[in-house]
Amino acid sequence: MPHKLVPQPKLIFEKSSPGRVGCNLPVADTPEVDLKKALGPTRQSLHLPEVSELELIRHFTNLSHINYGIETGFYPLGSCTMKYNPKINERTAMIPGFTHIHPMQPADTVPGALEVLAQVQEFLCEICGFDSICLQPLAGAHGELTCLMLIRAYHESRGEGATRRVVLAPDSAHGTNPASAAMVGYTVKTIPTDASGGCDMAALTTALDETVAAFMVTNPSTLGLFETQIEEICRLVHEAGGQVFCDGANMNAMVGTTRPGDHGFDCMHLNLHKTFSTPHGGGGPGCGAIGLKAHLEPFQPVPVVIRNKEGKVELDDRRPHSIGRVSAYFGQFLMEVRALTYLSAYGKERMADISRHAVLNANYVKARLKDVLPAAHDRPCMHECVLTAQEYKKGGVRALDISKRLIDYGFHPPTNYFPLIVPEAIMIEPTETECKETLDAFCDALIAICEEARTNPDLLHDAPTTQIVGRLDEASAVKNLDVRWRAPQKVGV
Amino acid sequence: MNVPTDLKYTKSHEWVRIEGDVATIGITDHAQSELGDVVFLDLPEVGRALQQEETFGSVESVKTVSDLYAPIAGEVIETNAALSGQSELVNTDPYQGGWIVKLRIADPAQAEGLLSPEDYQGVIG
Amino acid sequence: MLDTIGVETIDDLFVEIPDSLKFKGELNLPSALNEYQLYLKMALLARQNLDATKADWYLGAGLYDRYIPASVAAVISRGEFLTSYTPYQPELSQGYLQTIYEFQSMIAELYGMDVANASMYDGSTSMAEAAIMASGVTGRHKIVISEAVHPHYRQVLDTYCWANGLHVEVIRHNNGATTDFSTVDDQAACVIVGYPNFFGVIEDLDAARTAARKAGALFIVAADPTAMALLKPPGEFDADIVVGEGQPLGVAMGYGGPLVGLFACKQEYVRRIPGRIVGRTHDAQGRSGFVMTLRTREQDIRREKATSNICTNEALMALATTVYMIALGKNGLQSVATSTVRNTQYAREKLSSAGGKIKFPGNVFGEFVLELPKPADEVQRRLIDQNIMAGLPLGPYYKGLDHCLLVAVTEVRTKDQIDRYAAALAEVLK
Repeated sequence: MPHKLVPQPKLIFEKSSPGRVGCNLPVADTPEVDLKKALGPTRQSLHLPEVSELELIRHFTNLSHINYGIETGFYPLGSCTMKYNPKINERTAMIPGFTHIHPMQPADTVPGALEVLAQVQEFLCEICGFDSICLQPLAGAHGELTCLMLIRAYHESRGEGATRRVVLAPDSAHGTNPASAAMVGYTVKTIPTDASGGCDMAALTTALDETVAAFMVTNPSTLGLFETQIEEICRLVHEAGGQVFCDGANMNAMVGTTRPGDHGFDCMHLNLHKTFSTPHGGGGPGCGAIGLKAHLEPFQPVPVVIRNKEGKVELDDRRPHSIGRVSAYFGQFLMEVRALTYLSAYGKERMADISRHAVLNANYVKARLKDVLPAAHDRPCMHECVLTAQEYKKGGVRALDISKRLIDYGFHPPTNYFPLIVPEAIMIEPTETECKETLDAFCDALIAICEEARTNPDLLHDAPTTQIVGRLDEASAVKNLDVRWRAPQKVGV
Repeated sequence: MNVPTDLKYTKSHEWVRIEGDVATIGITDHAQSELGDVVFLDLPEVGRALQQEETFGSVESVKTVSDLYAPIAGEVIETNAALSGQSELVNTDPYQGGWIVKLRIADPAQAEGLLSPEDYQGVIG
Repeated sequence: MLDTIGVETIDDLFVEIPDSLKFKGELNLPSALNEYQLYLKMALLARQNLDATKADWYLGAGLYDRYIPASVAAVISRGEFLTSYTPYQPELSQGYLQTIYEFQSMIAELYGMDVANASMYDGSTSMAEAAIMASGVTGRHKIVISEAVHPHYRQVLDTYCWANGLHVEVIRHNNGATTDFSTVDDQAACVIVGYPNFFGVIEDLDAARTAARKAGALFIVAADPTAMALLKPPGEFDADIVVGEGQPLGVAMGYGGPLVGLFACKQEYVRRIPGRIVGRTHDAQGRSGFVMTLRTREQDIRREKATSNICTNEALMALATTVYMIALGKNGLQSVATSTVRNTQYAREKLSSAGGKIKFPGNVFGEFVLELPKPADEVQRRLIDQNIMAGLPLGPYYKGLDHCLLVAVTEVRTKDQIDRYAAALAEVLK
């Protein structure tokens, strides 16, 4: 492992010593005031750590050594698109003309910021094949939620809001799909996947009636397979009066190759932190743009960023049918700066390389592993492959054990147990930014681990053994809930 | 898997012990084994009237949640207080110390429709 | 690689996409740029913006121009943090998980609450989720909120409540403060007030709490975290849920994103919290470690029955606020808050003697409403010409406040700058 051995870290609170400050701060040169008089009731105590800047930096540097990022090593987490985040994106996002502007300052004092938003929208419209893009949603799930709100507003505008109360989602869907639908008051019905890994068309046809508001489809599906009947799916749903939402988590398979707007989708969400390389940041910020066909545009959140006939970018909040705001300002602006930098680097010439190399890498991994971990469906995969470790289960080895053992070989595990419909699923998404040597080293490790699973399964059960902790007791974490540090109570005098 | 012969069962993996007009309900050995370490139970208030097959609570392990269904209609007369501190009883002693709720049976005839131990054995294979 | 796969070209891998759906021709996009061109392009766009390094900044309204220690960027740009995913594999994520535990600890402490989650998208969505949670706890469907809460937050609340079938009732402000709680009745799921409120006024939380308790509604406070260094925290007023925008704690204004939503509540509601929570536990050898916990609340497990659809949080921004709070510590944060109060008091005095009038009587923390003899947007324009971002004109947000400017004065302003603002204002009002 690239990690050096570090001692069990202390909490920052345990390093605190009264009076220390870790920053040379500005102090007011205006007259002093009587705080009680100015404010009213003030607080009695405040327990925050007190450390020097050096102690602070060492604390976080040492913690970073026990944390794994894309920059540490291969991160083949399926469904998450852990591609490299180019450094130039970080650099452009730190320019003061972007970091030090306020979303409520007059729009004509920030033409450069509006231009960033408009250009990101224009890139994404063209790549995804939609009529407009809205950048206000703050994460993928937030984008899904916004799309379902738009669909509901659309049905309400046609007098069908009260009857269309059902949202369909495949059994392979991300959990956010049903959860988002529930937040818009919809009842969720599940559509099964057929034996070949596609949508069960008979079940869909049966489910479609005048109560259906929308069908949420992930394309390529979470099985890493292109939904080959997508045109027919969209036609059937439209015929029944429903809308079709595209979960864009897997857009990396399609960039420059095929456009969801052309498949017949009415709206989609994108994860810019997946497909367009804004950093994942340890679980956020996400960045959840949505794409809309023209009939949903009147309902989109305000303000709308538009380019007028003279080419100037403006904010339009005169939208009487808008659902309102879904977040306080303009979305994850500094992430849009990174995304625009990334998109501009690829341009029209290189854009398709993203999907082509992502799909190549995934199929290569699938082919190399086929004898030890067969694919759940024997079809060409898109940007990720879903394999099954079912044959090891009878020997007492689970997919999770294989994944945990990968840690001892220096790799981040793939996604396990998702999609839910594949037994002992191992979902691998290598992304286009990895080279053949890395993929080979990873496949060699998995092949070796599968051999260990047959010959010495305890190596897998006990894994990982190379990290600062082994598998943690998650049941105890729930039963003996400890989610914060508290200052020790002073006892006695 | 342990399937005691003196109990009745449901397809949703509850067991029922009927004593007079009181039904004691828990989840089966098979169910606890599928769930893994139980860490929390969401239980109904005493006095609540349940319909047959109504969801009355849930049982949580670290990574899954399973709803609890009333095998039979009735009023909740007691819930197992020991589970709030020792939810693991559902795993270690599912048919005795790990019981979940007691109902005053509303319609004794409903008990006829419950699964026999042999039928339940067939359900779990 | 193609040999191993058993195909001849990359195109062969795309056979499953119907030909009619393949994109043909050229994308209507600009040409690819090299790194030098990229920086130049973005720098030219950035240059067109009037930013807070070019003007004296008094525009706050929920996002503030505060000093961010250099250590913040140094830590959050470390690739081990920046490029990691959600810590679903705890053995490889102990570093990040520990920082989140420290974040939760400090946010709970700052707000005087039992527990805090690992962060929400922003202050507005955090507040909307709190309202939905209150509805879940009480089984009621009416959300009562003070008009003196950020107008954008209220718009987001309206959208979320429409979707969730909840009804919002607004309490009109009374001279800048929230005093009339008559709509907080036995239908109300919660009452929400700002602390300080949007006008900078420090609300009487005792009165709001009393009204909520009487009605059996939850008491929710949207609180500015910097002010918490000095003010009696909402937890000491028995608040049930406290939410806020964490941006003032070391996150750039960044044209409003990414921000970080703060969310804290009483222990009894911990199983209803939306979003991620990190807890401490141990491994088989007894070594202490951290994991994401109470996972069954979340969407990937409970799906349509989850407490929220939220998946990502704002981990990187939460890390920034963690570093900020540690860099400042107790003394530093109190110093920032005290300097803010001093500068604000001085600006109130100077600007009111320059022709403005203090609009509302209540105590304020770092912001106040200044009434002008002219329309506020016109005054704002004239001062922008002198590189003074004078504040937020309130006309678009509140009826009858067309002549009012919301002025924020943080710790980084100096006496000279405030004097210059007063002189320029006097000139404009002449």
